[in-house]
Amino acid sequence: MFFDARISIGMLFALLGTILTAFGVATRNNAAVYTKSLGINANFWWGLALLAFGTTVLLVGRRSQLRTEKNAGLGTGNGSMRLTETRKH
Amino acid sequence: MPNLASADWLILLIYAFFAMTAGTSLKQSVKQSRDYLQAGRAMPGWLCGLAIVGAGLGSPMVLGMGAAGARYGVASLGWFALGSIPALIFAGLFLMPVYSGAKTGAQDATVRSIPEYLGLRFDRKTRGLSACLFLFAAAFGAGISMYAMARVLVALRIFDQIGSALSLPPIGILLLTMTLPAALVLAYVLLGGLAAAMYNQAMQLCLTIAGLLPVVLLGLKRVGGWNGLKAAAPADFLHEWSGAAYAIGHFPGLGAVGWVLSIGVVVGGGLWCSDFRLLQPAMAAKDVETARRAPLIAATAMVFVPLVAVLPGLIAIASPTPHTTIVVRNENGAIYHDITVVPPAVDAGRGLVPARVDAATGKPLKGADGRIALDYTMATPNALAECLPMGLLGLGLSALLACLMSGVSASVTAFGTVFTCDIFQAFVSRGANDMRLLAVGRWAMVGGTLLSIGAACATMQFNSMLDAIVPVFAVVNAPLFAVLLAGVFSKRATGCGAFAGLLAGAAAALLHHGLALPRGEHPGVHGGWIAVWHHPSSGMALGLGTAGLAFCVSLVAIAAVSAFTKARPEAELACLVHPLTKREPENKPWWRRPETLGAGILLAAIVVNLLFI
Repeated sequence: MFFDARISIGMLFALLGTILTAFGVATRNNAAVYTKSLGINANFWWGLALLAFGTTVLLVGRRSQLRTEKNAGLGTGNGSMRLTETRKH
Repeated sequence: MPNLASADWLILLIYAFFAMTAGTSLKQSVKQSRDYLQAGRAMPGWLCGLAIVGAGLGSPMVLGMGAAGARYGVASLGWFALGSIPALIFAGLFLMPVYSGAKTGAQDATVRSIPEYLGLRFDRKTRGLSACLFLFAAAFGAGISMYAMARVLVALRIFDQIGSALSLPPIGILLLTMTLPAALVLAYVLLGGLAAAMYNQAMQLCLTIAGLLPVVLLGLKRVGGWNGLKAAAPADFLHEWSGAAYAIGHFPGLGAVGWVLSIGVVVGGGLWCSDFRLLQPAMAAKDVETARRAPLIAATAMVFVPLVAVLPGLIAIASPTPHTTIVVRNENGAIYHDITVVPPAVDAGRGLVPARVDAATGKPLKGADGRIALDYTMATPNALAECLPMGLLGLGLSALLACLMSGVSASVTAFGTVFTCDIFQAFVSRGANDMRLLAVGRWAMVGGTLLSIGAACATMQFNSMLDAIVPVFAVVNAPLFAVLLAGVFSKRATGCGAFAGLLAGAAAALLHHGLALPRGEHPGVHGGWIAVWHHPSSGMALGLGTAGLAFCVSLVAIAAVSAFTKARPEAELACLVHPLTKREPENKPWWRRPETLGAGILLAAIVVNLLFI
């Protein structure tokens, strides 16, 4: 009934991670931006970390959502049951 | 002060967009009041647990953790752990089976709110009184959160350029930062109800961590790692227990045992065991077993999350204080003076924590002991603004807005549910059908948001209202916790006893607050508004004392009045009292039981805190 929350959380962090990584790559030669972080390209590294986190959560959420949909499909009436049975083979 | 680049704005807008889509995509799943007010009672355990933490980590909590870190050092980690983990484990193991198992009798439905549980366990007048007190506390608390964060964002001067682009007066920026997040919250809560609030609370918790963790990592690098922190921070700030002894020494009259009991039992219990804003996500769990697990998952998160919120405060106080500097350069015979001017408040402050400023004269304020009074709430935001480069700055700001929105959304959804179930359905229109309840729920959430904005504007006028949150807690939450404990664990407690307990506790809190004034404060919100008979050593000691007194008086009143009134027969109390709740047969191996998880969490918390000893 309610979609899996991990999908939206995963999408958000994957998107934020991509933007930060791209911004980090775009400003990598701009020393003025990174004086605050002592020269470390923080945008790039943290962007990658968020991207990894986001994709992991998204995959976990998708897998869980597919499993719920499959269970719901198995439970509804004989017609769809036969259909999934034939699909299994 | 930093300006925002387009990348920062992009991040903020994407966060706002995702917050809205949670509402729009959940709208189609909301078909009845159960879906709207209780998220259909279909939420998985991990979401409930994360939502509890997200709801608890609203802007006062996150800013307060940074402030405590700046003021008391790592010792505050121990207090936050003490005030949350035992209470959450207690709630998960003992209270949730009763809260989420109690049946209302209507279609085998379960209770939808804490006042509804009180109505079943005790009587209608207890339900009504606790509902009214809760509605007031929820709206007031949300208003305070909005003003606290708006004040901080305006002080960071981050939105100055957009304010001048739109030619707004300074107060315009403050009003916008107060109302825009509230409007966004209202939008997604109107569409998706509690489910949208919970989805967003989990997302907002992740975002808060994602925004604050870089501050900790980069900030530690800036001050020279843990050793650099130790060198720059005041003595004992980095030692949890010797630091705690130093801080407790400042509050004589309570002693270590009184301290532990007040924080762990009264503050922790009043917050995590009885505040419906924080329990609502747990009561939306799909079954009783999941509802038991949700506070335990929240407790696991609370072992580690305070680190992320407290350390920026320490970093702020350990960073070098900016001063007005003049650098003279000699280039090809021409002499250049590079002058960096720093406002007097920042100059008089300590590290990145500015001094508190007199609104009229703009000069730094002095405390009762003659030393400069510091504005500790600005510790985390200033650390964020100083440590994060463009790009991550947008993420950090989103984190601050996220924690504001998660707290406000918890208040708004709880307000809506309690008003609909415990005022409207209980007293106004008992036979209302489900569609009507759904409509009332939506209107109640609008009303709650408007009341909160009103409270925020009032706090804008009377800044001292920010400190009123402590007496409000003592008046509303502490007696409520006493009543809930009595209701859940004692078959003998009666409705009249509970009603008397709520009233007596509230009265005791008001009396104590009115008769005591910490040294160096003026009578008013800080205490002593009836007469000044007693001088506790500080505002915090007064707050803890008032809450503790309210709790004890409440328990005594419940016991005394219940002794003289007739108790209900055991048959009626079947699922409402812990001793009479059916326990599912425990055929799980010992390492999969919730009790083991609870013990494991306690152990982990002790280990993490021992690291700082």
